[in-house]
Parts: sequence; C-alpha cells; structure tokens
Amino acid sequence: MRISCPLCGDRDRREFYYQGAALTRPAPDAGPQAWDDYVHLRDNPAGDTTDLWHHEAGCGAWLVIHRNTVTHAIHSVELAGATS
Amino acid sequence: MAKLIALTPGAGLLPVSAGSVTLSEISADRLTSVAPFKGQDKAVGAALKKAGLGWPKPGQSVTGKGGEVVWFGMGKALSIDADLPDLSGLAAVTDQTDGWALVQIDGAGALDVLARLVPVDLRALGTGGTVRSLIGHMTASITRTGDQTFRLMVMRSMTQTLVHEVHEAMEHLAARG
Repeated sequence: MRISCPLCGDRDRREFYYQGAALTRPAPDAGPQAWDDYVHLRDNPAGDTTDLWHHEAGCGAWLVIHRNTVTHAIHSVELAGATS
Repeated sequence: MAKLIALTPGAGLLPVSAGSVTLSEISADRLTSVAPFKGQDKAVGAALKKAGLGWPKPGQSVTGKGGEVVWFGMGKALSIDADLPDLSGLAAVTDQTDGWALVQIDGAGALDVLARLVPVDLRALGTGGTVRSLIGHMTASITRTGDQTFRLMVMRSMTQTLVHEVHEAMEHLAARG
C-alpha cells in the first residue's frame, strides 16, 4: 500500500500512522448529544471512508485521506490544514 | 580551568568501509532549525533570499553563503553552517548543533546499500534533492550530495544504531561480490 503525500510524493505505508476518522468538531455549545457522538460514536463502513493519517516518518504532515475499505483504493489525499 | 574535549557523535565509530562503500562523519559547526510562524512563510523566504540563501521547497536543499538550508519536513528547514539573517518575529530559530548526527555514505554501491534500508527510490533523487524517510526503523533526513554520495542525518542518540545498520548492509552487499 502506498500513500501519495502532497509534500513527499508516493511513500510506503510504513511511514504513516493511522489516527482515526476525520470528524468535524462540534461547536462548544452544541450540547451533550453532539459531543457524545463526536467523542464515542464511529461508523464502521464497508466502503468509502475519510480518515486522518500522520506522515510521522516523513514530513510530519497530518493528512485527510478518502479511501475505500473494500477495494483499498485511495481516492484523495489532502493536507489536514488545507481542509479545516 | 578544566579543558573540555568535544566529542563528535561518530567519535570512535567512524569511518568504516566495506567493498566499494565508505561511511564517514561530516563535521558541521552549526545546525539551526528554522520554522516560520503562521503566515510568515513569504517574509522568511524573502529574508533568506536577501541573505543569499532561500527557503527550500519540499525535497530541496538551497546552497548559499557559508552552508546550506535543507528542507526538513512540513514548515521546517535546517540550516547547516549557513549564515542566517535575523529572523526574530518571523520564525522559530532553534540551535540543533548537538542534536543530530551527520554521516556521509560514498561509493559505487552507496545506492544499493541504501536500497536495503530506505523505503524510497533514491535513484530518482537528483543531486541536492532531499527526503525525510526511514533508515531501518529510524526517522532520518537523506540528501543526495553527489552522484554516488549521500548525507544521512539521524538524531544524535541514534548514531550507533545508524552506523551498525548501514555498516551491516554494506558488509552484506560486499559479501555478494
């Protein structure tokens, strides 16, 4: 598996650390239900997913990766700083 | 007053050779990391350019007055012996001189040795090109300084592991003839 880092180019999967689902943080006053969802509840999709990865053994960038858990295809890789 | 003897990271470990490849220490007097503050990238680039240097793009190193400035990760560059201008208010400038070990791998088989340790195709890297990647399990900065010459940098505490891993790969390659 290779991930194309926007800064470094195609790199081996071992350079990356998987963090988890890329979620949008609720507003501070969004209420306990929204925060409970944000902290505890995750989907486990068979298909397209959006996760955060860290290029820890490379440039150190946080990446938002759209990929498919069934086909292992990677649809897009973006710098996390550019998407939020 | 006591006379202190400065030891380089590779003292007692380097140089080593096997086959056509030599691993030796590079001496650097000043290593300085430069990390521009938010929104100051352009100002830092301009200040460096004025000083005869420049901000390196990802994967590049800029050679200039006194030394060079190497891309060192996202939003970070490392100056090796370069005469940096005053960047106060523009960037976090931190002394790293004793923090990193610099070694040079040189010889006809250097690429083949690194191919055993680094998960990046370094054949595609031009002279002056640099990558942040792994050497074995160590995070490293690797810069091509010549056709058959690379500069490897790891954190100073990893020097012995670096020498061990690279020397072992050199010996294994040499044993194949």
